[in-house]
Amino acid sequence: MSDIKLVSAPPGVEGSGFFATALDKAVGIARANSLWPLPFATSCCGIEFMATMGSHYDFARFGSERPSFSPRQADLLMVMGTIAKKMGPILRQVYIQMAEPRWVMAVGACASSGGIFDSYSVLQGIDEIIPVDVYVPGCPPRPEAIIDGLTKIQELVRNESLRRRESPEYKALLGKYGIL
Amino acid sequence: MDKLNNQAVLQKITARFGERITIATEPAGLLTFETSKENIVEVLHYLKEDEELQFNFLTDITGIHYPEQALPIGVVYHLHSLTNNIRIRIKVFLEADKPTIASATPLWEGANWMERETYDFFGIIFEGHPNLVRILNVDDMTVFPMRKEYPLEDPNRVDKKDYFFGR
Amino acid sequence: MSHNHLVFTDNDPQNETTTLNLGPTHPATHGVFQNVLEMDGERIVSGVSTIGYIHRAFEKIAEHRPFYQITPLTDRMNYCSSPINNMGWHMTVEKLLDIKMPKRVDYMRVIVMELARISDHLICNGILGVDTGAFSGFLYLMEEREHIYEVYEEICGARLTTNIGRIGGFERDFNDIAFAKIRKFLKNFPPILKQFETLFNRNRIFIDRTSGIAAVDPETALNYSWSGPILRATGVDYDVRINEPYSSYEDFDFEIPVGTSGDVYDRFIVRNEEMWQSLRIIEQALQKIEKEPKGVFHADVPEFYLPPKEEVYNNMEALIYHFKIVMGEIDAPKKEVYHAVEGGNGELGFYLVSDGGRSPYRLHFRRPSFINYQMYAPMSRGMLLSDAILNMSSLNVIAGELDA
Repeated sequence: MSDIKLVSAPPGVEGSGFFATALDKAVGIARANSLWPLPFATSCCGIEFMATMGSHYDFARFGSERPSFSPRQADLLMVMGTIAKKMGPILRQVYIQMAEPRWVMAVGACASSGGIFDSYSVLQGIDEIIPVDVYVPGCPPRPEAIIDGLTKIQELVRNESLRRRESPEYKALLGKYGIL
Repeated sequence: MDKLNNQAVLQKITARFGERITIATEPAGLLTFETSKENIVEVLHYLKEDEELQFNFLTDITGIHYPEQALPIGVVYHLHSLTNNIRIRIKVFLEADKPTIASATPLWEGANWMERETYDFFGIIFEGHPNLVRILNVDDMTVFPMRKEYPLEDPNRVDKKDYFFGR
Repeated sequence: MSHNHLVFTDNDPQNETTTLNLGPTHPATHGVFQNVLEMDGERIVSGVSTIGYIHRAFEKIAEHRPFYQITPLTDRMNYCSSPINNMGWHMTVEKLLDIKMPKRVDYMRVIVMELARISDHLICNGILGVDTGAFSGFLYLMEEREHIYEVYEEICGARLTTNIGRIGGFERDFNDIAFAKIRKFLKNFPPILKQFETLFNRNRIFIDRTSGIAAVDPETALNYSWSGPILRATGVDYDVRINEPYSSYEDFDFEIPVGTSGDVYDRFIVRNEEMWQSLRIIEQALQKIEKEPKGVFHADVPEFYLPPKEEVYNNMEALIYHFKIVMGEIDAPKKEVYHAVEGGNGELGFYLVSDGGRSPYRLHFRRPSFINYQMYAPMSRGMLLSDAILNMSSLNVIAGELDA
């Protein structure tokens, strides 16, 4: 027997030859454990992401074996590093190109709030242009913190209702950013 | 070969240019002098091509802004003679309104981006530059942000309340 | 959707060149640079580089921060070797204030800077391997880089953006664990680097991919103001550590490796050899530190050196100095200094103009990546796209340093 931990089944009704659970839960488990992240790495945090991806911390353990460099095939946008105003429209474009359902993780102080760069050229947090699900603090966050952020995202993904993306609240949220 | 020192370099340059070189000083051991924008190309050319001096390495070009001066905008050149292992700093001051100076790109290809950066930050126009457009800032920016009159922070920010910062 | 933006022509598609947007978020570029390339098949006909995608206005911010608060800014320039930036900045201010460092502090700085140089070259050469299709070397080296980070953590508490040291020395002495970790690294790293070299140096595929690619002659390199390993790969032995020794580099016995052809392979070899030299320097520094008086980790300049916190709370004088330094009431002379250090990518210069105030009047960074990178588009002409990617990785352009 290997000591690899597998994901346990969601709560449901079990009997001989059948197992019944909510579709939401089954889909949530599948999604949460095979997130394909798009590393949008611009600066220092990107180097820490490299360490997270590398052999020591091994990001792939959490189902993110395949960093997807194409926004079309990515579920999770990981924004790592300072986003300057020149970069803003590009980030927005990448977000728009991603297919639903999509999640966004702002890694590091710069992506979350502009960080120490309170200057004319830096966007003061990516949440000015796209909605963000999880913020990871730190300048740069340690790989453990990035992994913690990912597990938080997994938590969100696992428990998300299948209808959330159609809900008027979600539409209103995107509308607030002018994305629809 | 006996090593060239600052005094020898200065002597050579003053022998060549005389009055056209002004205010020679040595802050922290680095020979610094000023010249005018009419002479800068000749000075740079001489420093680079002279067989003894050989200031063949353009370390840096940058700008500086002193709003109180009559000629407020400065261009600062750092040259390095790799053969003699000696550095030199040359300053040229320009008028605030449309500061114009000859480009150093004919002498060093490397001056290209340094001058673009200086233009981007200070609005100094380098005549004869092949492609003098903004390099770091967004293209549609209208100000030259490193000039002292422009603020560091984005003036359009609304989320930052002055009373949180004691202002 | 309307199709009125389409223009139909009878041109033969084979005769047309294609415009390729490489970047700003292309996975092959390791950073945010955009190159708009005109391609004829796989060959690059012409290209234009656009930069500034993470322009953070360091120089403007620096004009509004006291000297000691600029150290974190320098961290974020070349974040692969932040300690070199930190030390370079400290030494610039020390030059301005005319502070002489004790030898032991110099040697401590040398250790940290050379570790940083190794970690910088590790990333560059590891990534170069990835770009030629050899992922395993990268994994070997990333593991070793973690050990360097452990040393940093022991010294200053941070991994990547270290903010290491103070103006006037270090914030604390290296503890025994730090020394032990450095020694352990010196023992464990050489076999790994050797293995890495056996994977690459004589590897037929690697040589075929890199040899003769993007060869640059010394005249062109100097004309473009190149510096650092890529300049040395062309055969010019310019290294700031030798030409203008800072932090007592003149006490050390080491060699400056140079290449001959300036191609990607030579740059790779030069960087590898520099790592060996860095190891030599660290070894010597450890020996030299033994001979110095123990416990000296900063210069005796209470008016400029930020006192330790426990002193501030318990000692009146320290409190006064702390207050003066933090409020920026130090007597900085009205002077301008230029100080250069040999960064991971070349000559990293700090041009500091002080008007006697609490923050610099003007601070300009001579950023090697910025100056080295400008040749990229002109030299890509006629290259295959895949070779141009290798060229970019071997230039080791760090976006933070490029855009400031």
